[in-house]
Amino acid sequence: MSSSFANFGNELYTGKRSYNFVGAKKLWFIIAAVAVALSILIPVAKGGFNLGIEFRGGSEFTVSNVQSTDSALGEKVVEDVVAGSVPRVANVAGTTMRIQTDKLTDDETLRIKEGLTSAYGVTNNEVTSTFIGPTWGADVTKQALIGLIVFVALAAVLMALYFRTWKMSLSAMAGMLVTMMITAGVYALSDFEVTPSAIIGFLTVLSYSLYDTVVVFDKIRENTADLDASTRRTFGEEVNLAVNQTLVRSINTMMVAILPVGAILFIGAGLLGAGTLRDLSLALFVGILIGTAATIFIAAPMYAWLRQNEPDLVKQAKRVEHRRSANNARTEESAEPAEA
Amino acid sequence: MWLGVVLAVLTAVLAGGTLAGQASWAPKLALDLEGGTQMILAPKVEGGSDINEEQLNQAVAIIRQRVDGSGVAEAEISTQSGRNVVVSLPGTPTKETRDLIQASADMNFRPVLLNGDGAPVPTESLTPEDQLPKPTAEPANGSDINWITADIYRQFETMDCNNPAPESPEASDPTKPLVTCEPATETTPAIKYILGPVEVKGGNIVTSSFQLQQGAQGAVTNDWAVNIQFDDEGTAKFKSVTERLNQFYVAAGGETGNDPKAQFAIVLDDQVISAPRSLAVITDGRPQITGGFTEQTAKVLSDQLRFGALPISFEIQSDQQISATLGGEQLRMGLLAGIIGLLLVVVYSLFQYRALGLVTIASLVVAGALTYLAIALLGWTENYRLSLAGVAGLIVAIGQTADSFIVYFERIRDELREGRGLVSAVENGWKRAKRTVLASKAVNLLAALVLYFVAVGNVRGFAFTLGLTAIADLIVVFMFTHPTLQLLARTKFFGEGHRLSGLDPKRLGVVPLYRGAGRLRTPEAKPSVVRAKNTGAAAEAERRMTIAERRLAEKQEQLTGSSKSAAKENK
Repeated sequence: MSSSFANFGNELYTGKRSYNFVGAKKLWFIIAAVAVALSILIPVAKGGFNLGIEFRGGSEFTVSNVQSTDSALGEKVVEDVVAGSVPRVANVAGTTMRIQTDKLTDDETLRIKEGLTSAYGVTNNEVTSTFIGPTWGADVTKQALIGLIVFVALAAVLMALYFRTWKMSLSAMAGMLVTMMITAGVYALSDFEVTPSAIIGFLTVLSYSLYDTVVVFDKIRENTADLDASTRRTFGEEVNLAVNQTLVRSINTMMVAILPVGAILFIGAGLLGAGTLRDLSLALFVGILIGTAATIFIAAPMYAWLRQNEPDLVKQAKRVEHRRSANNARTEESAEPAEA
Repeated sequence: MWLGVVLAVLTAVLAGGTLAGQASWAPKLALDLEGGTQMILAPKVEGGSDINEEQLNQAVAIIRQRVDGSGVAEAEISTQSGRNVVVSLPGTPTKETRDLIQASADMNFRPVLLNGDGAPVPTESLTPEDQLPKPTAEPANGSDINWITADIYRQFETMDCNNPAPESPEASDPTKPLVTCEPATETTPAIKYILGPVEVKGGNIVTSSFQLQQGAQGAVTNDWAVNIQFDDEGTAKFKSVTERLNQFYVAAGGETGNDPKAQFAIVLDDQVISAPRSLAVITDGRPQITGGFTEQTAKVLSDQLRFGALPISFEIQSDQQISATLGGEQLRMGLLAGIIGLLLVVVYSLFQYRALGLVTIASLVVAGALTYLAIALLGWTENYRLSLAGVAGLIVAIGQTADSFIVYFERIRDELREGRGLVSAVENGWKRAKRTVLASKAVNLLAALVLYFVAVGNVRGFAFTLGLTAIADLIVVFMFTHPTLQLLARTKFFGEGHRLSGLDPKRLGVVPLYRGAGRLRTPEAKPSVVRAKNTGAAAEAERRMTIAERRLAEKQEQLTGSSKSAAKENK
């Protein structure tokens, strides 16, 4: 099996086997556009993201070592104290319950705390309460957004300097944007709460997405460095070859990155329930998958597309064309068989 | 191997710290893993004006003083996004502590009625009940000892300023006398006071500064002085108070005298921060405090005066109690999931890269050890605490760290496919992989740096571990993985491309460059060993070679490559 995978790598490397990532760019762009549109529509249709308590503001109780994980118990306690409220009760990490309510007065907090203590059969210090102002999450997000913008701007400059072309920067940014949008869309679809940890996840996806693109673009840079002197392939074909040659790397890296994240998401979430790790790992899991794909299907083809009309490259493409037709002509003329 | 040295040094430093009882082998855990209370406070200056950075730092200092005063150990107080103050306390604070933290800073000036050594008077030598002072008349002014009632005197006697009781959240009544302490400093012992009612309010201070004191002839001396400037109301009040206090000073015999009533105490949050004697009547509202200051202490007092004058209050933005059980449970599950994930990575690496996978695993182990040491060390020196978000950052980093090795291995394989011998494939592959690894890690580091400096709270801890692992990865790939591969390339197992080595030329589809008439296999992306400088010249030279020459050159390169490895093996 591994042997065939190595073989797969060999064939990709020599160009014997090649996936036409660059050529079919229109198809990828359309798929991406549809996915992005859906990602925007999903949260709109669902009436926005499922915001966590850090963004809504409110009170939160945590009950440890509960006798029963029945969420109805918690709901009843809260409704008894504050009529008409809609608490969110969830089981987090084994025998711990989390109860979130709207903002409560000190007195209500105290009564609910007592109620929960008896309802879940725990001691007084196993119930903790938390109050979160509605601006706290917004504060974190605002700072994260500023960080995001600064980072993207700096990364764009860094890449433009390193690769000596702003077109690579632009393509990488496009790929990253698609990744972010789709990740956000999937997150909205999953109905997981948007918590500060989810925001952290998004920021990581951002950095991963650009990181992945840089690795692939570095190979493209290498392959297309001496393009002027070559008539073997057109620019687009060189880009495509580079993507194919790094395909094994892309797959391996994605697998290695996603295995621990997936472990947290699927194993951890089962054991943990809601919480920091689950929110984070969902954003990461989706983001790494999409990020890897976006590099291959969006960023690289877009780069080829941005540059294909440059006069030098048009000329070079003509030379390739010319040589190919000449070659074909020679082969046809030649009586010698191609196979020796 | 430099890496060994680095690891050994880090371990030795940490071991030293542990032996000295300051560091610990385990990383320090943040609140969400250890349990405790986190309060996020938004400071508000009276009048609604925005708070500036200096004021915020002062707010932190005020809160720190209050929390320390309340006897809570290991509290952490920091600022967030240039606006908020985050207070992290282990355990659940009492309502008093909570109120105390929230209360607004309160500074004022009170005349001293009596002072004494900070220690409580021993029970046996307490003043007998019948000898306690009894006020004989209504106090006439702030310095009148008729303020001292029997209760107040008893309170004064029993007060222990070396082990102060938790501060009361209630601000004292400004019209009544106050029994309080001046906490001990490095140079001075604790002193306790009975103070008269408030005579000048902190709000009357316009500004405060510190400078080197000027001598009689206007020459600068080596003594530091703190200057205060009062507003009109403060000037008038300060003048009348100093007129009275200065009389006590003169009556007691001036410089040599020792009447506590000549002292005017500066009180912040009901604690005396300084109680200078009134050496002169201050008529212009610009008193100068001198005597025994260092530059540092002068600055502290001047800051306290300047900002203590601002009534900063705090609004609670978030008050979070984190149960240690939940944090611990999350950490345990997270680590479990992380270990399972890591095992999957190990299996995948071995499957993909055979024996080379072992190099990946070894490199990950070394990177993990480096990161662990760094976190434990930073916990000691910088008080860095590992949060759940940080743990997530570490787990995520596994993938990005391993990627450096994958990029490198794939480059080596590419070089092998070009028909190179392993030794030269390792060298050439490294030269090319190095660039990619550096460029991509630069992106990671950039992300970590930006997030660290811009973002707040959780995000910061995460960015920190992300940056840390990126650096650890760079160190490992340069100082461990590459040297290891250089060594391995010379072994028979790898050099001859054993079936299980992961570098088997046959499996990598290495084909001779020349395969008969008309079937010249064109080498892909010529190995660009010297790319940096002579790119133009090299490309030009290459272009000018005839096909035959080029073919020859490539064949030679391949031959030298493999013969080199053969030569090494014979040694």
